[in-house]
Amino acid sequence: MIRVVLPGHLRTLAQVGAEVAVDVKGLATQRSVIDAIEARYPMLAGTLRDRATLRRRPFVRFFAGGQDLSHEPPDSPLPANVTTGLEAFLIVGAIAGG
Amino acid sequence: MSSVRILVGTRKGAFILGSDGTRKQWQVDGPHFGGWEIYHFKGSVADSDRLYVSQSNGWFGQLIQRSNDGGQTWETMGNEFAYDGLPGTHQWYDGTPHPWEFKRVWHLEPSLNDPDTVYAGVEDAALFRSSDGGRTWRELSGLRGHGSGARWQPGAGGMCLHTILLDPSIPGRIFVAISAAGAFRSDDDGKSWCPINRGLRSEYIPDPTADVGHCVHSIAMHRTRPQVLFMQKHWDVMRSDDAGESWREVSGNLPSDFGFPITVHAHEPETVYVVPIKSDREHYPPEGKLRVYRSRVGGDEWEPLTKGLPQQDCYVNVLRDAMAVDSLDACGLYFGTTGGQVYASADGGDNWTCIVRDLPAVLSIEVQTLS
Repeated sequence: MIRVVLPGHLRTLAQVGAEVAVDVKGLATQRSVIDAIEARYPMLAGTLRDRATLRRRPFVRFFAGGQDLSHEPPDSPLPANVTTGLEAFLIVGAIAGG
Repeated sequence: MSSVRILVGTRKGAFILGSDGTRKQWQVDGPHFGGWEIYHFKGSVADSDRLYVSQSNGWFGQLIQRSNDGGQTWETMGNEFAYDGLPGTHQWYDGTPHPWEFKRVWHLEPSLNDPDTVYAGVEDAALFRSSDGGRTWRELSGLRGHGSGARWQPGAGGMCLHTILLDPSIPGRIFVAISAAGAFRSDDDGKSWCPINRGLRSEYIPDPTADVGHCVHSIAMHRTRPQVLFMQKHWDVMRSDDAGESWREVSGNLPSDFGFPITVHAHEPETVYVVPIKSDREHYPPEGKLRVYRSRVGGDEWEPLTKGLPQQDCYVNVLRDAMAVDSLDACGLYFGTTGGQVYASADGGDNWTCIVRDLPAVLSIEVQTLS
């Protein structure tokens, strides 16, 4: 199971708490984790990545291990601490707009 | 006894304002979807408890919400608005080709007789239809594909399809309007389309009388006479008596013919309302006076309606979808401002009261008359 922290608006939308756990098939990557989130919470489909291009939305950022992973390729493996469940994969709405 | 429900979309959530038929006391319910932009919020004529909401923001994109119980509970519906085939290009602001990209839903128009059928007008401009209550969407691509799409260009607010009118007397006839492309009509349920912009004149485009390229802000019709259309264009208030085949200007004595919404009285097909705005640079009322103008003769001759509206130091705007009427015997008229006020008149515009004052900027107002 991969632990994921969702931004506040999406917690409200999915009616979940700060952290969710999703079962990821195969290698844990940004793409497979988002696939699992969208499968478990269909109302979140399209909120993290564009429906057509599957590109990360510009104001959605990914963090783990104190690192900004937002610009990593979507099929890169996530850090071991995330895949073992020691820490959560953080999905953050960027601070923007003043 | 009848009652009225006002569906308010704002910059930071949706609100439902309710009153009995006297329209004197109002309850404010909301915000629903707090923090999200609600571009449009509309109920089905066929089932007044069926409500549709366009919910979006710059972080998480577009969502569609549906209620089956008048807004007490909500269900997130489908948000896959995929253009049919290769999307192609339209013109960018500088005239260069720019690929079609979905951004948001500006307008949701439920079918007149089936609560599960709903149309969505989107940016970049296209028309979609759902026949399953908003779960899935399919583009009516004959609109973008009819031939002029490559020449459409965004207005200041984006290239949006913001107006959808369903003709109640001719099945399959649909009118839409796009900024800045113009007005279009389909007579075959959205399969094929033609521009209906003859008579429009826009000095800000290379050919002022071109068949497309006009920045139409809103179109309105009366349900009993749908061949007569009223248009608020970027500049100019226009009228067509032949379902858009030709237009003539009816701005008459308006203090400014720039503005956004236009609405027709529920029972008087020749009574029309606009809210003049000073200019496209200033986006607030002339002289700081918030005035609705009414024509009882279908345009040309207009009277200001001011009782109860601020007549000094008022610099709000009223956006294109932010004015609507109820259908009670004494027609009620409602509009919302970018300052967060919702004004109501229970007597066709003669007298106004502010029924809620400090909402987020109002993007849309729709009214349901419930029996």
